[in-house]
Amino acid sequence: MTIADRVPPVDLDLAARPPSSAFRRWLAPVTFAVFGLVEIFVLGLNAHHGDATFAFSQPFAKVTVPNLSLPAAVTCYVCGALTLLVAAVRAFLPLGPALRRVAIAVVIFLFIVALLCWADAGLTTAVNVVNLLQGTLNDSIPIMLGALTGVVCSRSGVINIAIEGQLLLGAFTAAMVCSVTGSLWLGLVCGALAGSLVAVLLAIFAIGYRVDQVILGVVLNILILGLTTYLYDDLMVPYQNTLNSPNTFSVFKIPLLGDIPILGPVFFDATIFLYLTYIALAGIQVGLFSTRWGLRTRAIGEHPIAADTVGIPVIAMRYRNVIAAGLIAGIGGAYFTIGSVGAFGPNMTSGEGYIALAAMIFGRYTPFGAIGAALLFGFTTQLQSIMSTLNTPIQSNLLLMTPYIVTIIVLAGLVGKVRGPRAEGIPYVKA
Amino acid sequence: MSDQASSSGPAAAAKKEDEQEPHASFGQSLRDSILEGHTVTIIILAIFTGFVVGGLLNAFTNTTVLHAWGNFFSAPGHAIAAAWDTAVGAYVAMFEGSIFNPHTVAALFQQASFATAVHDGYLSAVFNPLSETCVQATPLILAGLAVALPYQAGLFNIGAEGQLIGGMILATYLGYGVSLPFFVHVVVCVIGGFVGGAAIGWLVGELKARTGAHEVVVTIMMNYIMIYFLAYLLSFGYLMQAPHTSNEITSPIAGDAHLPLLFGSHLRINAGFLIALACAAGIWWLLNRTTTGFEFRSIGKNPSAARVAGMNVERNWVLVMLIAGGLAGLSGGTVIQGTDFTLNFQSYGTYGITAITVALLGLGRPLGVVLAGLLFGALDAGAPLMQAATGTPVSMVQVLQAVIVLFVAAPPLIRTMYRLRATRAGGVGEVMSKGWNG
Repeated sequence: MTIADRVPPVDLDLAARPPSSAFRRWLAPVTFAVFGLVEIFVLGLNAHHGDATFAFSQPFAKVTVPNLSLPAAVTCYVCGALTLLVAAVRAFLPLGPALRRVAIAVVIFLFIVALLCWADAGLTTAVNVVNLLQGTLNDSIPIMLGALTGVVCSRSGVINIAIEGQLLLGAFTAAMVCSVTGSLWLGLVCGALAGSLVAVLLAIFAIGYRVDQVILGVVLNILILGLTTYLYDDLMVPYQNTLNSPNTFSVFKIPLLGDIPILGPVFFDATIFLYLTYIALAGIQVGLFSTRWGLRTRAIGEHPIAADTVGIPVIAMRYRNVIAAGLIAGIGGAYFTIGSVGAFGPNMTSGEGYIALAAMIFGRYTPFGAIGAALLFGFTTQLQSIMSTLNTPIQSNLLLMTPYIVTIIVLAGLVGKVRGPRAEGIPYVKA
Repeated sequence: MSDQASSSGPAAAAKKEDEQEPHASFGQSLRDSILEGHTVTIIILAIFTGFVVGGLLNAFTNTTVLHAWGNFFSAPGHAIAAAWDTAVGAYVAMFEGSIFNPHTVAALFQQASFATAVHDGYLSAVFNPLSETCVQATPLILAGLAVALPYQAGLFNIGAEGQLIGGMILATYLGYGVSLPFFVHVVVCVIGGFVGGAAIGWLVGELKARTGAHEVVVTIMMNYIMIYFLAYLLSFGYLMQAPHTSNEITSPIAGDAHLPLLFGSHLRINAGFLIALACAAGIWWLLNRTTTGFEFRSIGKNPSAARVAGMNVERNWVLVMLIAGGLAGLSGGTVIQGTDFTLNFQSYGTYGITAITVALLGLGRPLGVVLAGLLFGALDAGAPLMQAATGTPVSMVQVLQAVIVLFVAAPPLIRTMYRLRATRAGGVGEVMSKGWNG
């Protein structure tokens, strides 16, 4: 315990470090300034004449919030000016790490407001903010759950690239079990177990046979992709009605909380999957940082030899953590079928497991960070669909690229270096 | 296979005596290497096991077979026979589609004269399966090399897909966008493919060298970036979309830019296959006969030691990723110039993913990649006939490939399954495991 106690959480001290070079020193302010200038000169000057309307409630809401109309061009100018102000503050005032993050958030928020104003200027359709946020939260569920799985595995010292495979097998199994038995709950449980099954393979090969974990993860993904596609072609297509027509979970609105204007529909009016995500997030956050289990998990991920010395069963604990974390990704996979679309389709996760991996790294291996990153990525997708319904000249394909580009930028350390747990990916061999 | 398993016990005793003798005969060392789970043995057993697993999967998801099992207690023989027929039937059809189909020979001999048979393409039909295997293997070998070469230098390149798309884009553009004389045009397009892929690979290497960004995540992200970039290019007439169409497809490349066919117009095998073989030979030479190759391998074995020895690790990372990207780009180019002739959103297929399995099965060595590429190319070539003849879906091939590679990646598993002895030194088992941070 005492040695493990001294192992610091990896990511906390890094943000406080002063910028190392002039490049680092000026990068953030200059980027902010560019955003501000874009808002003024690109979005503001090109905005159509007229107002942009934002709606804040859904039809049939108990408490309605009036729509907000903003003069589009002026709003863009104001956002631009505020962004430039933030850039100046960031450049010339010494800000602590927390305030720096706030600055980034403010800049992103202003940019999104300006972008939406520009897109909606002069149109009769209002941008429904509640729908936008609700969609973001729901569509990000697999990414969030996948990223949480990644956090637990990484903190235990195992690289999990097989999140994609876990999601895919979870989706497949949930659809099949639910179709056959007609029970949604059984489908959910089996989907979770399927995610865990992939984790069992990962654990046996990575921890037991000490196969390179990156290679292993990729091979597992290929295996699951091939297997589910094959079973889909061979069984689900000919027996569509019996094997691939599951029900879907209906939306469950939490009484009272669900009626709060704006926040209610976004956070408390969803399927069971969103509530499970809350539970997983809270559980992992508290578990990792406030319990004996979390301390030990972080210890075996940072310094397994030290952990072993004080009597923590490194290998057994890694097995347990990886396999248990697989359940979470399996639930995330089940969302694809019984949580939203219903029927399974080949490769229906379409790389969201990899986005989850990116979200985990982007979120600095912390539960809240990973969830935040996952939501940001999910928001990009929602923004893209809104932009295309508003017929803006922004290319949806280019917009869809942004999460990946942002990940590379983050990974390259341009926005602050991310360091994983020290022993991640290194199999433990008991001396 | 079972002979080996059962004879390992006495052989183990015999081996101890062998060790006393300084000079073991060739026969003895061959037997030892088989029983000890030598690399080649492991791979052959992995492939064998993969086919068995694939056959079982096929047999037990087939409706006829499942019905037969339902009546297992009334007619047990029937159930087993049905399972066997399904599994073997699929593999036979696959063999006929990829290597040799006896029906084509029969058709050849029914012709009046050999000359007319040749003229009507009956002779070509005999060789068509092999030709298709080579056609399918061409991009797999090239993209497999793109994964294998960085593997030797300690980098894991998952980005063959993105690099391949980069090569496809540039090769296609040069194919329809510029007009050049015959021969020059082909060469320019092939080089264009290389450059298109190399640019992406270089970016990954540069990021790794300068900032330490892990190549695995960067290449995964680059794959998606390139996929969306391709979709973007294909959706607008003023970019790469063919004029007067709303489909996501480019104009066909000029006839001058096609890779020449090797054996007449009936067979699709083209110069791309020679390019692939030449590249494999070139990479072998680079790795084993040049200073650069030595540096690559040293860095792959131990970057710290290589650095101490005075090698510039970062520069080599950039170089190896640049070459790898180029190879993947070349792979994309051969698909466009050899068989597809236009670029659409399906063109990149699963080559990039299969390339990883090819490289792993080939143990990251050029000759191994060629053999693995041919094997997986044969599976891909035989799959359509298998589906047509037996109704087993084409996606069965993906399962086979992944299972084989999973077994190759875990030699201890194969050793346990077949009760092979542990190696004294070397072998496939010594995969170096590294974390993100190293």
